[in-house]
Amino acid sequence: MHPAFSVIFLTTLIGAGQGLFLALYTGQLYALAHLLPEQDPDFYALGSVLALALLAGGLLASFFHLGRPERAWRAASRWRTSWLSREVIVLPIVMACVFAYGLAHGLGWTDPLITIRDTLPLDATLILGALGTLGTFALFVCTAMIYAHVRFLEEWHSPLTVANFTFLGIASGFMLAAAYSAYRGDQLVAFFGTWAVVATLLGMASRLASLARNRRLKPKSTVQTAIGVRHQVIEQLTQGFTGGSFNTREFFHHEAPGTLAAVRWFYLVLVFPLPVALIGIAYVIESPTLPIAAFLIQYLGLIGERWSFFAEARHPQNLYYQRIA
Amino acid sequence: MTQYALVIDLNVCVGCQACVTSCKQWNTSGWAGPLVDQNPYDEEPSGTFFNRVQTFEVGTFPDTETVHFPKSCLHCEEPPCVPVCPTGASYKRADNGVVLVDYDKCIGCKYCSWACPYGVREVDAQQRVMKKCTLCIERITDGSLPERERKPACVLACPTSARLFGDVHDPASEVSVAIREQGGYPLMPEWGTKPSNHYLPRRKTRRHLDPDEIIRVDNPLRKEDLTTYTDEETLDDVTW
Repeated sequence: MHPAFSVIFLTTLIGAGQGLFLALYTGQLYALAHLLPEQDPDFYALGSVLALALLAGGLLASFFHLGRPERAWRAASRWRTSWLSREVIVLPIVMACVFAYGLAHGLGWTDPLITIRDTLPLDATLILGALGTLGTFALFVCTAMIYAHVRFLEEWHSPLTVANFTFLGIASGFMLAAAYSAYRGDQLVAFFGTWAVVATLLGMASRLASLARNRRLKPKSTVQTAIGVRHQVIEQLTQGFTGGSFNTREFFHHEAPGTLAAVRWFYLVLVFPLPVALIGIAYVIESPTLPIAAFLIQYLGLIGERWSFFAEARHPQNLYYQRIA
Repeated sequence: MTQYALVIDLNVCVGCQACVTSCKQWNTSGWAGPLVDQNPYDEEPSGTFFNRVQTFEVGTFPDTETVHFPKSCLHCEEPPCVPVCPTGASYKRADNGVVLVDYDKCIGCKYCSWACPYGVREVDAQQRVMKKCTLCIERITDGSLPERERKPACVLACPTSARLFGDVHDPASEVSVAIREQGGYPLMPEWGTKPSNHYLPRRKTRRHLDPDEIIRVDNPLRKEDLTTYTDEETLDDVTW
């Protein structure tokens, strides 16, 4: 498949935004259980603004993927059958939740609405955060299922796709939370950094598993089934036209095999071991800048990861577009 | 229930591209706006087509066979491109089974093209919406046309009658009979998309000649022939 940067930025930006929101809410829950020091409302409000900016950036990038962005509102209509439609619905809901969560913190709506069993004071931020968490996970599933649902792209048609999108989104979000805390000089760098490392390792496990799976994949369709001729030796003489077409642009990456391998190594280093090492070193030397570097490096790697995700998917229609006479 | 479809006889197709050009001509001049080309007479030409004729070589030289292979939307009975459409622009007509795109609803997200294993959907670079074969829906449903013209442009243009058009759900239709009696098959059956269009396989034309078909042994003239022959050529010496 052709790796389109609109979709690469959409999936990586909203992944980081979702992860950052989850990190903020996780921090709040830990503080509620007195496992972490209480943070001032600014921490959550500004963090939510950052998460919202990432989500909005992803949404903006997605418009560049459309031929007719002015009709994008129509995309919400087929949620019964289309994962793309479901994503179009869930993304604004998540953005609304994050906005409301940040607003509630910013305006100090932290008076308990009810207190459960005299120990758990339930305020607006907790409820909004819980809704946002639900929405965030639903969005991870919707985004990943857009790809995992297409059974013709066998590299994508696997639960590992959902695992990768979820873990890598959470990893980059927690990494950003660690960077944000480091920038603010909070005491939460180690907390967010630890969870970022855990998510990164989980993401590495699922990404390596999907790489191993893809290596063993045997394409279901062959040129024999494509034209229905039973012969071991079939070669295309011409695809029927000399120039390019949508079919030769959208479904081929037009890169050398070496480029693909190089990008694979690039992201395998930048997404997994390097940020983990940087977070570890930052913890030891208490550096305020290394977590920021860790996030930026991992995000750069994730762009490569998503590029590779598209480029390595082989579409069966390519069997029909092998040769120009 | 009607399911319109094409049956393409690979044994007859000569790869002349008449169906490609007639399709382009008809569908670029119609109600839905042009099928736009970019640089048609220049370097790197590109454009939108509903129908392509490709050529494959089967076997190794000298035992090769050239297969011309016209490819357009197969109007699947289980079209995978339809449920993935987020806007409902891609749909399958209930009354005749033709898979269509509503160009006024399409947002050009290209998701349907990912969900088609046959690569028969193409984005129009100027209108920025997805386009595909309509089986010339405005022709085949036009009651004012005489019956024999109520067919897709490609079918009317084919000089060798390699393309048949009809209702594959009607067991007595020309296309159903052709599929049944000449081994019609669908493309990529492994995906369960149940394409309505079928292809008729190549058939070897072999002629068996008995020796007595070449040298006539029972020349009726010989029996009553009283002529005395002296080496000149007679009818018996002629190879038929």
